[in-house]
Parts: sequence; C-alpha cells; structure tokens
Amino acid sequence: MRHKWLFRAQLIFTLLVCGFLIVPVILSALAGITQNFFLGIKSGVTLHWLGEVWQLYSGTIYLSLLIAIWCLIATLVIGVPAAYVLAKQNGKLARFIEEIIVLPIAIPGLAIALALIINYGGFRDFRTSWGFILVGHILYTLPFMLRSVLAVLSSTNFHELEESAASLGASFWQRFFTIILPNAKSGILAGALMVVTLSIGEFNLTWMLHTPETKTLPVGLADSYASMRLEVASAYTLIFFVMIIPLLIAMQKLSQKTNKV
Amino acid sequence: MSPHYPRLFLLILPAAIVFTAFFIIPMSRLIFIGGTGENGWAAYYAIFTNSRYLYSMIATLILSFSVTIISVIISTIVGLFLVRNQFYGRDILISMLTFPLAFPGVVIGFLVILSAGRQGLIGYISKALTGDKWVFAYSIAGLFMGYVYFSIPRVILTVMAAGEKLEPSLEEAAKSLGASPWQVVKDIIIPALKPGLIASSAICFATSMGAFGTAFTLATNIDVLPMTIYTEFTLNANIAGAASLSIVLGLVTWLALYIARSLSGTSVAPAG
Repeated sequence: MRHKWLFRAQLIFTLLVCGFLIVPVILSALAGITQNFFLGIKSGVTLHWLGEVWQLYSGTIYLSLLIAIWCLIATLVIGVPAAYVLAKQNGKLARFIEEIIVLPIAIPGLAIALALIINYGGFRDFRTSWGFILVGHILYTLPFMLRSVLAVLSSTNFHELEESAASLGASFWQRFFTIILPNAKSGILAGALMVVTLSIGEFNLTWMLHTPETKTLPVGLADSYASMRLEVASAYTLIFFVMIIPLLIAMQKLSQKTNKV
Repeated sequence: MSPHYPRLFLLILPAAIVFTAFFIIPMSRLIFIGGTGENGWAAYYAIFTNSRYLYSMIATLILSFSVTIISVIISTIVGLFLVRNQFYGRDILISMLTFPLAFPGVVIGFLVILSAGRQGLIGYISKALTGDKWVFAYSIAGLFMGYVYFSIPRVILTVMAAGEKLEPSLEEAAKSLGASPWQVVKDIIIPALKPGLIASSAICFATSMGAFGTAFTLATNIDVLPMTIYTEFTLNANIAGAASLSIVLGLVTWLALYIARSLSGTSVAPAG
C-alpha cells in the first residue's frame, strides 16, 4: 500500500500549494464585501465599498478596457501578418527579426518605459495621452500574439495548402485571407485572449508611462493600496478579479481544446 | 515563392516600423544615455563600485536565486503529481494553480499584505496559537512570499508540459529491473525533465530579477534593483544612472533566458 500513501502525501502537498495561492484571493474578495475587515465577516456584508470604488475609480476601468481593445486591434493588424511572414521565411534575417520582436518579454518593463520616456517624453501631447501607454502595451503584448500564431502556423502544412490554392488560380491576398487566416484561427484566438489579459493587468510599464489624467486599473489599484482603507482596496481588487478570471477560464478552455485535437 | 518578396515585405512592414520607432531607437538611445552621466561610460561599472547599487544587485540576485530554487522544487512535485495521476477534481485544481499567472505584481503585493500584514491572516492565526502576532509582509520574507507566489504557476505549467512527454515504458522497464522508486526518480524522471526544469528556472529567475510591482506595493526597506532604478529616476532625477542600471538589469534577464534556451533546445518557449 506504499503507492496509496505516496499518492495521498502528494495530494496533500498539492492542496497546500493550492491553498497558498487561493486563500489570499478569497480573503481579498471577502474583505471587499465586509463591513469591517478587522472585525471579520460577522460585522456584516455590504456593497458599500464596491460603490465607493466605482465612484472613485470607474474611469480607470474604462481606460483599461479601451487600451486593451486598441492593443488587441494593433497586435492583430501588426502581429498576425508578421507571424505569417516569419513562418514562411526560414532565413537568418527572419529569425533575427523574430528575436527582436520577442525581446520585450526578456527585458524588464521598467527599462522599456524609461527608454520610451527619454525618447518621446518631450512630445507633450503624446506623453499626456493614453496613446503613450498603448505603445508600451503593444510592445509588451506583441510577442505573445506573434508566438501564438507562429506556433499554430508551424504545425499546419499551410505551404501545401497555399500551393494547391495557387495552382487553382488564387491570388496572394486571396490565399492570405481564405487559407492562412482560417488556419491560424486557434492561434489568433489564444493570442487575442492573452493580449487582452496582459494589457488589463500590465503595471510595470504603465506605472512609468501614466499621468494623473491617464490612470489604468492597475495604476488605480497601486494608488488605492497606498492610500485607501483595506476594504476599499479589496473591493477594487475584487473588481479586477471579476474582469480577469473569465478571460483566464476562456484561455484554459481553449488550450484544453487544442491539446485534445 | 520568391516572386512574393514585395508582398511579404509589405506584411511585415507595420511590425518593423513600430518596433524600430518605439523599441530599437529608444533602447539604443537608452544605452547611450547611460554613458552621459558625470562618470561617463564608467556608469556601467557603477554596479560594482557604488556600494548602494552593488548591495541592491546582490540582494536581488540572492532573492531571485532562492525564489527560483524553492519554486522549482515545489512546482516539480505538484506538476509531476498532476500529470501522472487522474482523479476527480484534477482539472479544477490545475485551473486554480495556474490562475495567478495573470495577476500583476501590485495585486500579489496586496495579497501578501492581506496574508502577512498588520491585519493579516497569518498574524491572526499565529496570535491565536502562540500569542505572538507574526507580521512579515514588509520585510524580505514578504517579498520572498510574493515572488514564490507568482513563480509557482509559471513553473508548474512548464513542468507539466515536460512531464507529458515522459515515456512510461522507460519507468516500467526500470522497475521491472528492480530499480527503487527513488532510483527511478533520480535516473529517469529528473534527466527527462531537465530541459523543462532549466527553462522554467530561467523564466522564474528572469521574472524575479525584473519584478517591480510587488516590491512597489510592499514598500520594503530592501531595495531590489528595479526599485533602485525607479528611485534613481523619480526621486534623484539621475537619468543616466537609471538608464545604465536598467540596461545592466535587461542584460542579466535576457542572458538568463538566452542561456536556458540554448541549453534546453529551441522547442521550449518562455511564458504563455
């Protein structure tokens, strides 16, 4: 029965690790709807703190969604065609370009933000607009879109499909829109979910790039952690979780589906 | 396929323009700006000569190394268990263990405060049990807890991906030849997992080195390198110093990922 003992020990360990990750999240969600965190949940349940967060910070939520949508559009328009070119070309130049585009994953956001501020901080209208934050988000999320589409394209035989379409007289653009894009669909979808999730949660770049007029959700969170009472900060975090968890579930469902095929 | 070069060029042009304008040019200028301080290019040695920078660098390295070791050990046990066993509730468990992947550092800092802060759960429990209120969120232990928190999901995913490729027949053969469970782990499972473990260690190390949000929220007295860069830039207006430090930091994280990729083969992609 050695086997059973080992299984149990591992299961308990796994549950403990899971608890380490999940208990603080539950704690924060509860604190956000508790009258007084110090007295505990028995002090009563309230939506008061959520209302207060909405009053103070709803602007940050709208701005984060706006930036995430534009970031998605930009990474689709820029990233998907680039991924196709990089999947098609096997030369040194193509690998070098790929290496450059994925570099923002390997370099801390702080360094990229500094570089952007030093270069473009002087353009006041640009610096004070949310477009400045958007640029940072595009740099940071593009690698994920590119990788995701590239991985799917590399695993399909799009070369042959393209050649047979070409022999039937399909033009380059017809082939791009009717063969490449449908075949890359699962990669595009996975990349899109990743881009939106990362953009909504991005802090390292955004904290440096934001101005008092352009605060995103994570910037607002940092602000509330530093200056608001624990219940308000928790309620705000709860709103963030409610926004981000459906995206994560969708991502997991998608990866399960593609793994099974 | 050669007649399509102009069109292919057109398709990659938007990415090329955006990256040149907003990444290549700014980063190259950052490298030069790093050499324009009062010490010139020697600023890049300042990480060794300035005691505050050196202290910050060493603290960040030690923190990142220990976080990596602990996270890899924990995640390997959990990841292997999840890959090799089928049981009721397994999928939910996997979901919960990988959710925190997308939590920003600031939120993780806040979760550490809720757990180990002045009104935290750990303090509450420890007070009930021992009469002592344990508060460590704002010390290096709090940072450590936060970093392990955001590392575990990343490493579990990589270990699970590597674990799925393990050959059960090899283990069966070893067992039938009389190998003990420990020998199977040491001689078969660990070597097979090695590329995945190297890759995930590097990702974990690089993320810890560059993490900013958690340290920012906890506002500890230990200055990790990203916090030092931030203070140099905002409080001391030392732009050249901040630039040179962030280039050094970027080199360290990039190098860690690069070495891992060349050791573990190109098939292992970092993150998501």
